[in-house]
Amino acid sequence: MAKRRVVTTTINGRQTEFLCEPRQTLLEVLRDTLDLTGAKEGCANGNCGACTVLMNGRPVDSCLVLGVETEGAVLETIEGVAPVDGLDPIQQAFLENAALQCGICTPGFIMSCKSLLAENSDPTENDIRFYLAGNLCRCTGYDKIVRAVLDAAKKRNAEPAPA
Amino acid sequence: MAERKFAWPARAENTLIGKDIPRLDGVAKASGQAKYTADINTAGTLFAKLLTSTLAAGKIKKIDVDAAKKMPGVKAVHLFKKVGDDVRWEGELIVAIAAERAEQADDALKQVQVEYEVQPFFVDEANIVRAAQADRTKGLGKNAKGDVEAALKTAAVVHRGYYGVATISHMCLEPHGSHCEWKGDDLDVHLSTQNVSGTAGQFAEPLGIDAANVTVTSDYEGGGFGSKFQADEWGVACAKMAKEAGKPVRLMLDRATELKVGGTRPSGYVDVTIAANADGEVVAWDSIHWGTAGFGGGGVDVNQLPYPFDFPNRSAAQIGISCNSGPNRAWRAPPHPQLCAMTQTAMDDLAAKLKMGSYEFFKKNLKHTLQNKADVYAAEMEIAAKAIDWKAKWHPHGEGGKGPVKRGLGMALHRWGGGAGPCTCTIKVHPDGSVESFLGSQDIGTGTRTVIAITLAETFGLPLAGVKVNLGSSKYPPSGASGGSITVGGVCGAHRRAGQTALWQIFDKVAEKYKIESADSLVAKGGDILKGKEKVCTWKQACSLLGQMPLEVKGEGPKKDGLTADQVGGVQMVDLSVDTETGLVRIHKFVCVQDCGLILDELTARSQVLGALIMGIAYSLSEERIMDNKTGRYINADLQNYKLPRIGDVGELVAIMYQPDSEYDRGVVGLGEPPVIAPGAAISNAVANATGVRVPVLPFTPKRVLDALKGVHA
Repeated sequence: MAKRRVVTTTINGRQTEFLCEPRQTLLEVLRDTLDLTGAKEGCANGNCGACTVLMNGRPVDSCLVLGVETEGAVLETIEGVAPVDGLDPIQQAFLENAALQCGICTPGFIMSCKSLLAENSDPTENDIRFYLAGNLCRCTGYDKIVRAVLDAAKKRNAEPAPA
Repeated sequence: MAERKFAWPARAENTLIGKDIPRLDGVAKASGQAKYTADINTAGTLFAKLLTSTLAAGKIKKIDVDAAKKMPGVKAVHLFKKVGDDVRWEGELIVAIAAERAEQADDALKQVQVEYEVQPFFVDEANIVRAAQADRTKGLGKNAKGDVEAALKTAAVVHRGYYGVATISHMCLEPHGSHCEWKGDDLDVHLSTQNVSGTAGQFAEPLGIDAANVTVTSDYEGGGFGSKFQADEWGVACAKMAKEAGKPVRLMLDRATELKVGGTRPSGYVDVTIAANADGEVVAWDSIHWGTAGFGGGGVDVNQLPYPFDFPNRSAAQIGISCNSGPNRAWRAPPHPQLCAMTQTAMDDLAAKLKMGSYEFFKKNLKHTLQNKADVYAAEMEIAAKAIDWKAKWHPHGEGGKGPVKRGLGMALHRWGGGAGPCTCTIKVHPDGSVESFLGSQDIGTGTRTVIAITLAETFGLPLAGVKVNLGSSKYPPSGASGGSITVGGVCGAHRRAGQTALWQIFDKVAEKYKIESADSLVAKGGDILKGKEKVCTWKQACSLLGQMPLEVKGEGPKKDGLTADQVGGVQMVDLSVDTETGLVRIHKFVCVQDCGLILDELTARSQVLGALIMGIAYSLSEERIMDNKTGRYINADLQNYKLPRIGDVGELVAIMYQPDSEYDRGVVGLGEPPVIAPGAAISNAVANATGVRVPVLPFTPKRVLDALKGVHA
């Protein structure tokens, strides 16, 4: 059996070290080692997007990334999205548009949305549907998610730019 | 003086009921803080993995787990089968292993040796001829009235057709599973369940302990759709392994096993003869249908066909097929989606033969719908038609355009019984004015917490934040399972009763303290107690009259006091395109007009409808279990090949809640099931309208569409 490795990353703004076996996925490390259970395991083979996190700013299915691959990476999970004093506009828009029901896919969707809006601050409906195609929802009714992202973009764009 | 009787507030006086209110657990879910069963990770938790049958049928000749037990990290091994036992479908559970790490459990499973005596199998569920040849069929009865033969002879138009709906899996995104931890003789179970109050005993009995020693907790659940009412053999195995290891164990089904054994919806295939008089009124229905609910046979209930119509002369017969496939479980509105797709497609073809428009034909036959809702259906049809612009867009079947892409409209309607389920709750009004509720129900994503909070807050004239709802534990007062759209009626009826009872006691104290002649002249609103428009005291001052102890009131239901009702209906219309070169069906607009009595939270209600439409599009266009006749295996048991719609695969969805005062006055009725019923028939009818060809079997994969266009029999 391969030796465990020490991996150093930045997770949600904090430098984090963890011990993992070479074959452990990032999803397993997040959930089972670091108790960051917001990323969910839906399929374990990259088809549902429930485990989406941001790695160096890009969305990845954490079930397809090995823990050791994140050495030196900057990771962001759903637990790091909300500011201390409330919710991110994306999260708020999901609530207001009823864009979540059972909620098991919601963290993955929100992480993908975050990446989308970082790349494209004013996406069209088509842009949203294309970008979020990797995230699967069984019960919510995707339409509300599209509305939520459009709302979040609008609110973000209406905010004054930081001085 | 107001009479003390249980009732909902007058509609115009509501401040919360019927408004768009975001769900109360939304923040926890949107921030990753909500802990689902798979997220429970108490210190020392072991990870359990499953070995399942690779054969569709056989007898076990040997199981050897000795080598597995010696593998690193292995702490417990559970055998679901022993030598001599039968294996009846691929995916049936054989062995579970709990280890310190998930990958250690996987490694250990590879060391398990199982040998089988291979036996013949049958999985060709759509093929009634082959099923009969294989001796896998069983007559399941007949349902008839009137004189079908005579009616067929005198009918103006007779249509014969074949229709079907394939088996689908529940495919819960959070698979079935549990986390079990023993604390002395007590067992704590976190269970992904729709049945918090009803599962403790299901663990206790096979474990040989008292139900009082079991606590089942389910704070959040990632989808169940009717498949999560039981402790299940893997849940009990999890508890046994936790006992054996002396450590907590978490056992969640892997994706493939979830699809194979976590529950399926039975298939249904029907040969129909349907006839109408010259006015377009259906006079006869004659059908025989078959399908499978798994190894036990079964299928779609014959007693509810045709659906939801009761034609004057009808006969329906059913044959069940025993297949070597995983068992069925209740799937959202069982088995109405299949009944609807087997009935209203045939009706639509009959309309085309009569050269009547679908709208006119369905309207003509509303008089035959069950539950005496013809007027409601007619009103809903009118609203839906306007929303989808039926009049302008309608054309006869087959006239969907000259190019390769044809456009069409289709409609269908549905009903569901529902009603209020059993519920007991305890509410506490604290002397500081805070309110909390306890009940052993569950919020499976349907908004149970939110509608309870709305009920209590409206009753006490408080903001939502003034009410705390505690549910999800079997230690709270028992409440029914969440299935059949009976939860909202059950829990909100009980809470309204408890709330009003508590309020009356508080009013009595206020009247005494403030020398009000009649306590029944008081109302609670906006955080105050009012007499007319005059403020008597604040809510907090009123509650301080309780002394040091909280006021505790028990609520019960269901009761026939007008707070809840049953029977709902709805109409769905769809506008879609069919690419006759690729077979691809694309939804442009999908409208659902739905009644459900008094609506507590419009936002959540519309959300339920929209989600149901997506599930409907899924089983209509892409989702199905595919069994391999050569190996007996479920060959698409993964999320790459079990095709569900993605966010780009659905068109514009419109949910319109039908709630005139006559609906509000009926009281609360649940909504989870009904809107998922009609999409299959509506989409099928729209494809027939676009192309002039009936694609007989759902889902309409490109191959099925192209085969139908080429005249290939399904």
